[in-house]
Amino acid sequence: MDLVVLLKLVPDLAEELEIAADGRDLARDWLSYLTSEWDEYALEEALQLKATSGATVTCLALDTGSVEELLATCLARGADRVVKVGSFERAPDSHTAARAFAAALKEIPADLILTGVQAIDDLDGQVAPLLAAALGLPHVSVVTHIGLAGDGRTATVNQEYAGGLVAEFEVDLPAVLGVQTSREAPRYAPVSRVRQLMKTADYGAVAVTAEGGSGLLVEAMSIPEVTGGAEMISGTVEQIAERVATLIRERGIGLGGSR
Amino acid sequence: MSNDVFVLVEHRDGAVADATFELLGRARQLAVAAGGEAVALLLGSGVEALSSKLGAAQRVLLAEDAGLAEFTPSAYQSVLVPIVQERAPLLVLATNTGVGMDVAAGLSMACGLALAAYATDVALDDGGPVITTQLYAGKVNVRVRFRDGRGIATVVAGAFPAEAGQLAGSPIVERVTVSALDGRIRFRRLLRPEAGDVDITRESVLVSVGRGIGEADNIALVEALAAALGGAVSSSRPIADAGWLPRTRQVGKSGLRVKPRLYLALGISGAPEHLEGMRGADLIIAINTDARAPIFGVAHYGAVADLLDVVPALTKRMTG
Ligand SMILES: Cc1cc2nc3c(=O)[nH]c(=O)nc-3n(C[C@H](O)[C@H](O)[C@H](O)COP(=O)(O)OP(=O)(O)OC[C@H]3O[C@@H](n4cnc5c(N)ncnc54)[C@H](O)[C@@H]3O)c2cc1C
Ligand SMILES: Nc1ncnc2c1ncn2[C@@H]1O[C@H](COP(=O)(O)O)[C@@H](O)[C@H]1O
Repeated sequence: MDLVVLLKLVPDLAEELEIAADGRDLARDWLSYLTSEWDEYALEEALQLKATSGATVTCLALDTGSVEELLATCLARGADRVVKVGSFERAPDSHTAARAFAAALKEIPADLILTGVQAIDDLDGQVAPLLAAALGLPHVSVVTHIGLAGDGRTATVNQEYAGGLVAEFEVDLPAVLGVQTSREAPRYAPVSRVRQLMKTADYGAVAVTAEGGSGLLVEAMSIPEVTGGAEMISGTVEQIAERVATLIRERGIGLGGSR
Repeated sequence: MSNDVFVLVEHRDGAVADATFELLGRARQLAVAAGGEAVALLLGSGVEALSSKLGAAQRVLLAEDAGLAEFTPSAYQSVLVPIVQERAPLLVLATNTGVGMDVAAGLSMACGLALAAYATDVALDDGGPVITTQLYAGKVNVRVRFRDGRGIATVVAGAFPAEAGQLAGSPIVERVTVSALDGRIRFRRLLRPEAGDVDITRESVLVSVGRGIGEADNIALVEALAAALGGAVSSSRPIADAGWLPRTRQVGKSGLRVKPRLYLALGISGAPEHLEGMRGADLIIAINTDARAPIFGVAHYGAVADLLDVVPALTKRMTG
């Protein structure tokens, strides 16, 4: 059984985002990047499935110039193989990414393809269902549980809805799943091990062409005025607590609150 | 090709989702402006009666089959692709849920239609549809158009008022023949969440914590504040994922929708999936160390501060 995980880097939201001069993209020069949170869950779930089924785990990332650390981290955590796909000046749109992965997966065996359910920069939709459609494979998004059948031909998959409702599906393999969460928190890989692997790892590479773009025309990007709504309370911690307490009491909440 | 605006109807247990009504109301306005019809796409088994709830649409395309009794991505896809290809509507709107994500992206790739995700507004001008979407967990807005003038949008819940779409009526019901369904995904069962110790949808005060709480041991701090306020503790998704609070305390898209008198958002960034569940609260007060956290965009009051400092100080005042 061959599991494939697709991962990518996204801007770290702890840093301040700014818009580029043309008003149509982020100012990317000073951005720092992190592995997309949901891709981490997809990798962890693949490694959990590897432990219980003996499957192999291959991690794919589009080669946007600096994915060695991302891929070395996958190896350090227990992936068997890592592959750089294509060659891109910067992260492409989701449709292009899906076409590139679809082309790469013609050469890489995959019974189950896992990726994050979404990423914070998916303007033109999520890669998992786009890839599935490009490959003509079945797809489920918002997956919170994966079980592999003993014969390796199907998987049992949970899809989560609002209010904690969950549908259980049986899915014929090969299939593509958009992972929402893993059964365990993503495992830790020692930084020293990642650094070492970055130098020694055998990065596979697949050349692909992916054309057509997303079909979207970006007219403008902007940072919303987040404080437009809230009246901001400034001052020391004690002053803030005092003002909040007053706001709450004014509404008759917490008067002689139970203890 | 038409100037119709299609809406994929999400329904469960014989009820149409609120988010679908939000889309229907908007679709009606857009279709009128574009000179087309608002068309509801209703898939299921024995669901014709639901069309009387879809009065905001001028037409319901009804696809019924035993294999559509429950949503599966592959069966829906095999019904929807030919409909969208043949009728080439101006716009297809779906909610930004698991169902919507599965269907919209599949349609986009299979029909060669552009897709705009996380839409918070859909409008029309002479140039055709203009979509505003939210990226980077709500920290950036993007305005886009479709290169080919038509396309698909998945819309975040709460983008439009549901009331405008909740019109009773008798739209034209047009049955669509269902040919072979793609059966590679088979529905097995629906798992309903177990009731929790506390029903957060009934609490009038919620002290809600996010990843800013730092570690599990700090939950006790907010428990104390909730007790002092006579309320309950709720959370964002990562806190439930980590097992620090039960899933039944989770607010948001995949959790519960709450509308308390007071919602204290502590260390919650305000991702669209969280805002969906709480933006209707009467009074929202947010404490966050990041002045740019989108939660301040929906809060009534906010403070840029460390919750680990503010919470004990506030608890002291409310108990003292
Ligand atoms: C299909 C799907 C469904 C989802 N459903 C839900 C849902 O139902 N509910 C939900 O909440 N999320 C949901 N999410 C997840 C959502 O996208 C966000 O990842 C999540 O809401 C972020 O939670 P958070 O705000 O606690 O964490 P973060 O985004 O990490 O934010 C933590 C915040 O804490 C602040 N902070 C850090 N330290 C402190 C401190 N000491 N004092 C004060 N502030 C501090 C930071 O500035 C930051 O703003 C869903 C995602 C998907 C893909
Ligand atoms: N390199 C590629 N570039 C663009 N689209 C691709 C590529 N590879 C696969 N696809 C998509 O995958 C679909 C099925 O491809 P195929 O399996 O070759 O018939 C095609 O219709 C394309 O949409």
